[in-house]
Amino acid sequence: MKRARTIAAKAASSHAVASDKPPARHRRAMLPPASAYFIEETHDRSERHVLSVIVDNEPGVLARVIGLFSGRGYNIDSLTVSETEHAKHQSRITIVTTGTPMVLSQIRNQLDRMVPVHAVIDLTAEGNPLERELALVKVTGRGNDRVEALRIADAFRAEVVGASTEHFIFQLTGRPDKIEQFVSIMAPLGLAEVCRTGIAALSRGPVGMDD
Amino acid sequence: MKTKAKATRKGASNGQKQAPQAGAASRHGTEMTGAEMVVQALADQGVENVFGYPGGAVLPIYDEIIQQDRVRHILVRHEQGAGHAAEGYARSTGKVGVALVTSGPGATNMVTPLADALMDSIPMVCITGQVPTHLIGNDAFQECDTVGITRPATKHNWLVRDVNDLSRILHEAFYVAKSGRPGPVLVDVPKDVQFAKGIYTGPDHVEHRSYRPRTKGDPQAIRAAIDLIAKAKRPVFYTGGGVVNSGPRAAALLRELVHRTGFPITSTLMGLGAYPAADPQWLGMLGMHGTWEANHAMHDCDLMVAIGARFDDRITGRVNAFSPDSTKIQIDIDPSSINKNVRVDLPIIGDVAEVLEDMLIVWKAEKPKIDQAALKAWWRQIEAWRAKDCLAYRANPDIIMPQYAIERLYAATRDEDVYITTEVGQHQMWAAQFFRFEEPNRWMTSGGLGTMGYGLPAAIGVQVAHPDSLVIDIAGDASVLMTMQEMSTAVQHGLPIKIFILNNQYMGMVRQWQQLLHGNRLSHSYMESLPDFVKLAEAYGCVGIRAQKPGELDDAIAEMIKVKKPVLFDCRVAALANCFPMIPSGKAHNEMLLPEEATDEAVANAIDARGKALV
Repeated sequence: MKRARTIAAKAASSHAVASDKPPARHRRAMLPPASAYFIEETHDRSERHVLSVIVDNEPGVLARVIGLFSGRGYNIDSLTVSETEHAKHQSRITIVTTGTPMVLSQIRNQLDRMVPVHAVIDLTAEGNPLERELALVKVTGRGNDRVEALRIADAFRAEVVGASTEHFIFQLTGRPDKIEQFVSIMAPLGLAEVCRTGIAALSRGPVGMDD
Repeated sequence: MKTKAKATRKGASNGQKQAPQAGAASRHGTEMTGAEMVVQALADQGVENVFGYPGGAVLPIYDEIIQQDRVRHILVRHEQGAGHAAEGYARSTGKVGVALVTSGPGATNMVTPLADALMDSIPMVCITGQVPTHLIGNDAFQECDTVGITRPATKHNWLVRDVNDLSRILHEAFYVAKSGRPGPVLVDVPKDVQFAKGIYTGPDHVEHRSYRPRTKGDPQAIRAAIDLIAKAKRPVFYTGGGVVNSGPRAAALLRELVHRTGFPITSTLMGLGAYPAADPQWLGMLGMHGTWEANHAMHDCDLMVAIGARFDDRITGRVNAFSPDSTKIQIDIDPSSINKNVRVDLPIIGDVAEVLEDMLIVWKAEKPKIDQAALKAWWRQIEAWRAKDCLAYRANPDIIMPQYAIERLYAATRDEDVYITTEVGQHQMWAAQFFRFEEPNRWMTSGGLGTMGYGLPAAIGVQVAHPDSLVIDIAGDASVLMTMQEMSTAVQHGLPIKIFILNNQYMGMVRQWQQLLHGNRLSHSYMESLPDFVKLAEAYGCVGIRAQKPGELDDAIAEMIKVKKPVLFDCRVAALANCFPMIPSGKAHNEMLLPEEATDEAVANAIDARGKALV
């Protein structure tokens, strides 16, 4: 990509380097700018990336991270946070975001320069990360719908964690798209409410984030 | 895999470090109150001057301040003044500026200077009082969520809930403020923490857990940069405030590199002075009101070496027409400055001084051969652009042209030990165009945030740092009224600042934009009933001087310099003069407007509908 850009720039720069006359004003009209980034920008598509951010678990740290996203207009599709290293008082924040490659690299760099941030890893850039989510799904109903809901829950290996004669609460763990599918199937069967944890993610393979 | 460079612990040594005072460690481990700790920590950090304003929630600290003489306190008239004074102090010395204010309105009045310092990367520590911890969240008197409000306006901030954390946090605050890309930090200290007793930790015993910015550039990238420089045919150096922030060594190394290459150099508003304006390789400032030669060189170059500059929108003009044919090298200490607005081919992350030093080592070892023929042709082209004399203006025998006023001010002070601050607007751009700086840290202006009212309090901070120097705020009549109350501060502390007001009775830049973009409908940009600045000066107990004709200007300026008191100088200038050259919104560097071309019709056609939507 970069190679091609350099060549394109070279080709466009073949106009006279120096003349004693000042160049004609509004030369752009005659010679449209061969701006590589202009062309690239139109081709840049938004990508979905999963970021892991290791932070000091101090008051306000989550507000800082969220404030960065809202203040600079970045997207947050999912966010989970919990202290993962109790001895070091460090939390791990998993953020799912979408943006162009330029925006994604800005997000990484902007996060990394925050004072309580220890490390930022773009799990998607490192390879296909393992992503899991947990959902609690309440389905209310009687008769056939109720039987059907239970049958589908069984097929999805959802666990019944709460029930009465008029409702079930299912617990489902898995990839986000699986949960999405489960919820949409439950919709006509008396879906009452859904709670999702957001995505937890790790890189595949034996290497940890600190290695 | 780790993205933080753990190996480099040099962050603290970039810029001019404030050496902890000798014998400071002796109080390490001593029990004292939180208020004592604040003063002790300031003294141990080498802080000589604090700008502040007392109030209920900081009274314990003020009680300590009056009982000691290691740290001097400058009482301002409004908290915003304390913040800008700390900024001026920091910018003119390279040290960390310190401000001390109370909770609630004290803290909210500090938001503007914090945001200003964040945009311009000014190292600053602000200490705020807070209501006692048990009242936090209760809507107590003069309570506000200070850390919440200032979070996006600071590099980092802390609320101290335990007195035993206080000294560590204060030392960390200084470390964070001056390390890496400098910036403002805030420490919020509840009143009960100021009274509580705890064990003091000295500065040598504090090391930050996670914040270790990388200052050393990648050697491979540096080598690649030298190769690109050696091959360049139409190169230009584009430098910014990062060179000034990196310290005098960076400015010296920049001069050496630029001289060795023989390349032209331009700078942003924030970078003025890092390279001497008298040098023949200097093209003047670039950007929206930059010179014809600087902007054309940027547009037509084949190699751009950006040093401590961040490609902001006042510099680039239309981004997709910005310097289309160039390979771009960017040296910056902040990785988030890379590829933010403009895609860069070769980024070098590091402190400007350290990277330039390494570049010069490689340069001297490899002795690269520059294409002298191409460079000569490039300079011929640049001289042709220079011949445009883009800053020329029509002199007037009866009315003082604002450009003329700055030229005369510069002529009268060029041999003095002079520091210049500005407010924001036309006068700021004319000062940048017509005042010439030979050294860094001599030019204090609000670049990123564009804060009207910055210059007067900033001048106070500069004068505190340099009591025997000539400190001039080049001001506009609208801006200067925003922080005029600080004249009282200048008088109280015997600070002979000179406020040189280019008085055109308009918000000149607002009016210029209304003329360009809004059909000449001058909506609320005319200042009716301005005060009589000479009488105002007398009311404050300082000296007022007025100049109305070009003929009386030189004598009036000489008088201003001679007076050993604060001066308000009312320089009545042409009311409708506008600031050129100008890149109209949404246009490229080679589509500048020059003054003689800026007829009403040209101006009307210059900016299309899309450009009008841009700021």
